Amino acid sequence: MDINILREILTVAGLTCFIGIALWAYGKPASQRFDEAAMQPINDDDLPHEQAGSKQ
Amino acid sequence: MQANSALEPHGGVETFNYRVVRQFSIMTVVWGIVGMLVGVIIAAQMAWPELNFGPYFHFGRLRPLHTNAVIFAFGGCALFATSYYVVQRTCGVRLISDKLAAFTFWGWQLVIVAAAITLPLGYTSGKEYAELEWPIDILITVVWLSYAYVFFGTIARRTQKHIYVANWFYGAFILAVALLHVVNSMAIPAGAWKSYSAYAGAVDAMVQWWYGHNAVGFFLTAAFLGMMYYFVPKQAGRPVYSYRLSVVHFWALVFTYMWAGPHHLHYTALPDWTQSVGMAFSIILLAPSWGGMINGIMTLSGAWHKLRTDPILKFMITALSFYGMSTFEGPMMSIKTVNALSHYTDWTIGHVHSGALGWVAMISIGSIYYLIPRLFGREKMYSTKLIDVHFMMATIGVVLYIAAMWMAGITQGQMWRQTNMDGTLTHAFIDSVKATYPYYYVRVLGGALYLGGMFLMAYNMARTIMQGKAFDAPVPAVSQHAHA
Repeated sequence: MDINILREILTVAGLTCFIGIALWAYGKPASQRFDEAAMQPINDDDLPHEQAGSKQ
Repeated sequence: MQANSALEPHGGVETFNYRVVRQFSIMTVVWGIVGMLVGVIIAAQMAWPELNFGPYFHFGRLRPLHTNAVIFAFGGCALFATSYYVVQRTCGVRLISDKLAAFTFWGWQLVIVAAAITLPLGYTSGKEYAELEWPIDILITVVWLSYAYVFFGTIARRTQKHIYVANWFYGAFILAVALLHVVNSMAIPAGAWKSYSAYAGAVDAMVQWWYGHNAVGFFLTAAFLGMMYYFVPKQAGRPVYSYRLSVVHFWALVFTYMWAGPHHLHYTALPDWTQSVGMAFSIILLAPSWGGMINGIMTLSGAWHKLRTDPILKFMITALSFYGMSTFEGPMMSIKTVNALSHYTDWTIGHVHSGALGWVAMISIGSIYYLIPRLFGREKMYSTKLIDVHFMMATIGVVLYIAAMWMAGITQGQMWRQTNMDGTLTHAFIDSVKATYPYYYVRVLGGALYLGGMFLMAYNMARTIMQGKAFDAPVPAVSQHAHA
């Protein structure tokens, strides 16, 4: 088989794969997961509350 | 959860591994100063050629030292620090291996020191941004594989259901850099400090710029976008503007970046169709790049007032603005007719620094300012005022630098292509060099301002560390109960 056929298949597969991902991302089921994921770092409190070094 | 009593100073509560984050954060500032200092020195060597001393202190030897120091030492340490922090916080677990994490720190420092010794000595494989000789290349590979194990191993142990988008960007960066480094560094050793590339001719050039442009794409773009996707929402106190957009533009970047390399080889021996493919994909790249820029900036919508008082946020949003500018400029310069003017001129240097100083360094500086207090048990940096001064110095420095290089580059490009009626060149090369001098002085000034800001940062960091003490945050209990 001509290696260029393989290359063409790979290119088209890449494009199809990307379109699939975009459709999935814009679908309804994904949006709830995205909201949860987006809030994770915001809900994670990473600020030290007892200041080290200051003696109150 | 695994039990390791040595890791439980907080009464049996497991903590995050902040130690390695602290180490890399501090070294980010140290190597930032070193790398940018070498940058100012070589900028001065262009303005005052008398400053080229001997073989070891010559522009040709110091220039790769500058690029390696700022990209891999400063940028690399910033990425290690932030990725280790982000992966732990967003996965809700400690790093999978403290020993390997420590190995990545000391191994990476060894790579940097080896680079700082061998490059001035003249040991180089001659590939831009991949100059280091084969023994160091092997060390890089070992460190990088350890990094991949620590990063992906930690994701595998996560207690959070989702893999936060920042980790996707960091993950793509780790995988892509491993692939790029191994393929491009393939060489036949001819002695301890000499090797010959495994490729020849135009193929070697294409492999080199496949590497070179994807180093820009995955090291200097994807990874720093990962940084952006965690630290901008955290600093703004709001979730990312569109998580959906972040997913789509992530995959768009991944699918298109790999093809853009040939734009570095316009009008060379590379086949013409390859150049055209490179140009087409570089133009397509504008879309995913601006997707990230818009997503980052719009995260602030409804909280714009914070920009007035928060210099850390100023750094981050200015970084995104420069990212938007340089990812517009890049596709434009990849168009063959524009490239005919811009290639081999200082415009390219200006473009690179708009990305490097404006985007990469500013987002790193903002993120490190975010991290330092948290790593040393403080709520904020020693002086917010000094961060503001740093921000002003850095911004004015970048603007001076890139404006000077734009003018220098367009002047050079125009002079080189100008011909007389009989077809001979109007200007000798040296005429364009003479015409460039004023811009070289401005560049030294801009670079020195930017470097000065880094010294302020080092002072501010030292004072913050003196106020606080090394602090390892406990792994939040909530995240341990949240299902997997």
